[in-house]
Amino acid sequence: MKIVVPIKRVVDYNVKVRPLSDQSDVDLNNVKMSMNPFCEIAIEEAVRLKEAGTATEVIAVTVGTSASQEQLRTALALGADRAILIETESSLEPLAISKALAKVIEKEAPQLIILGKQAIDGDNNQTGQMLAALLNYSQATFASEISIEGDSASVTREIDGGLQTIKVSLPAIVTTDLRLNEPRYASLPNIMKAKKKEMDIQPVDSLGIDTAPRLELISVEPPATRAEGIKVESVEELVSKLKNEAKVIS
Amino acid sequence: MSTLVIAEHDNSNLKPSTLNTLAAANAIGGSVHLLVVGSSCQAVADACAAVDGVEKVLLADDAAYANQLAESTANLIKSVAADYSHILAPATTFGKNVLPRLSALLDVQQISEITEVVSEDTFKRPIYAGSCIATVKSNDATKVITVRATAFDPVSDSGGSATIEAVTPEGVSDLSSFVGEEIAKSDRPELTAASIVISGGRGMQSGDNFHLLETIADKLGAAVGASRAAVDAGFVPNDYQVGQTGKIVAPDLYIAVGISGAIQHLAGMKDSKVIVAINKDEDAPIFQVADYGLVADLFDALPELSDNL
Ligand SMILES: Cc1cc2nc3c(=O)[nH]c(=O)nc-3n(C[C@H](O)[C@H](O)[C@H](O)COP(=O)(O)OP(=O)(O)OC[C@H]3O[C@@H](n4cnc5c(N)ncnc54)[C@H](O)[C@@H]3O)c2cc1C
Ligand SMILES: Nc1ncnc2c1ncn2[C@@H]1O[C@H](COP(=O)(O)O)[C@@H](O)[C@H]1O
Repeated sequence: MKIVVPIKRVVDYNVKVRPLSDQSDVDLNNVKMSMNPFCEIAIEEAVRLKEAGTATEVIAVTVGTSASQEQLRTALALGADRAILIETESSLEPLAISKALAKVIEKEAPQLIILGKQAIDGDNNQTGQMLAALLNYSQATFASEISIEGDSASVTREIDGGLQTIKVSLPAIVTTDLRLNEPRYASLPNIMKAKKKEMDIQPVDSLGIDTAPRLELISVEPPATRAEGIKVESVEELVSKLKNEAKVIS
Repeated sequence: MSTLVIAEHDNSNLKPSTLNTLAAANAIGGSVHLLVVGSSCQAVADACAAVDGVEKVLLADDAAYANQLAESTANLIKSVAADYSHILAPATTFGKNVLPRLSALLDVQQISEITEVVSEDTFKRPIYAGSCIATVKSNDATKVITVRATAFDPVSDSGGSATIEAVTPEGVSDLSSFVGEEIAKSDRPELTAASIVISGGRGMQSGDNFHLLETIADKLGAAVGASRAAVDAGFVPNDYQVGQTGKIVAPDLYIAVGISGAIQHLAGMKDSKVIVAINKDEDAPIFQVADYGLVADLFDALPELSDNL
């Protein structure tokens, strides 16, 4: 079984992002970039399925700038077998990204595609579901457990009220939630080995898809700030403030 | 201009997030219809018909929709989509699962988790864990949108008298099937609907210690939440998680106990009206958003707080 894992290069989760001074976009100058944390979980799950003998090949793919090769190398160091970069200089919207990914998947014909549930830059939470629609594949979002059973997969999903288990027929699209696994760190020998693994680079224009943006970014502002708070000295003072000043308890 | 709102329900009850989503629909303007997709869910359709400002309720009631799986639900919504300029759903795990699938079927770029309607085609939404607020304008013919419930005051669930119209199942899919569910049962209010939330973090040290929070929650009629670290450590179930990738809450009072205040946690609670932080580290970032900060050991402070209520 072949597994394709789409990954995204995003701002590192420790970075506090601010708007540009003209508020035309976010300021990403000189900030640390990493693989989206949910994509690390996706790679980890695919590699574990390979280690368990369920999968035979793990392919990492990204739609992004040439700099995204860095995150593809990380994926290779974490255990992916080969990588594909669909190169573009513009930052595409999830619909266009899904269209590009759909082309790759039609060609590679994997049985399982594992994505992150959400990229922590745009917080869109769309790409996996869109990809499933474009391919008319089954989908299991927000997975906290995956088991492959013949030509289907049983997936436990983290939903608002608790957990839900569904059975999806393969090929399937699965998106990862935080508790699916704890990703490993790449070891130095594996980082060295990753340098020799195959990376295929194709321009997005070669796929023959419509990538024109549908949304216009009008502005990016900082969020409303909160009025400065105070420190209370005791539990008694806290309760009194909540009753008499904030009036949120009685 | 007319808007279709996808109702969230469990085949018996309409979920409150639907009422917040309707408020966003009203802010867009034009007529508003509600779509109920489910099985043996006439009671939900009746509840929808009574909601203030709803003109028509579409009801797709069929065994195929018992668990509202994404494939069949998205296909059904697509079959009625042509009549609408806007299609909205709450940004809950239900809406997040179904709406992007619909969006791609319609060849539309969805706008996720809006917090403000600027005009019929322009919306505000948080990005980068709420570090920035983007204003985006959609040039798609149909606007497909998920709505952050806490950003819109709910419409009234009474006073309406909409007609109910049956919709024939369309595009029922067998790509996936329901196996089972573990839904947490609790006598406390639901996290996203509670007016007071008390959350614990890694500082709680164990699941057993959460009873210190539960005692207080019961006195205040509050819901109990948690940081990701507390959920990952297995102290409490996943549906307690508040934050960028968990639940978004904005109660009148949020009490954070033993939570450091990582940006991913703040993303889920910083729009609360009043924030209290209890932490033994006076430099913990949570104090930067707290209206009332108490530097104390939680194992001393919580029993004392309980006694004072
Ligand atoms: C992709 C991604 C998504 C994430 N999504 C979320 C999310 O949705 N929600 C979320 O919460 N986090 C999320 N996180 C995790 C987040 O970055 C933090 O790691 C997490 O919020 C920390 O939880 P905490 O504050 O409970 O733990 P810690 O940061 O370990 O803080 C524990 C706090 O408890 C205090 N403490 C300890 N003992 C006591 C005591 N006896 N009395 C009083 N205070 C005490 C300490 O001083 C400390 O401040 C995400 C991270 C990533 C990478
Ligand atoms: N440019 C991209 N290239 C490859 N995969 C992507 C890209 N953008 C998003 N994804 C995948 O889709 C998931 C969800 O992203 P999003 O829909 O943007 O929140 C990510 O975790 C990735 O797995």
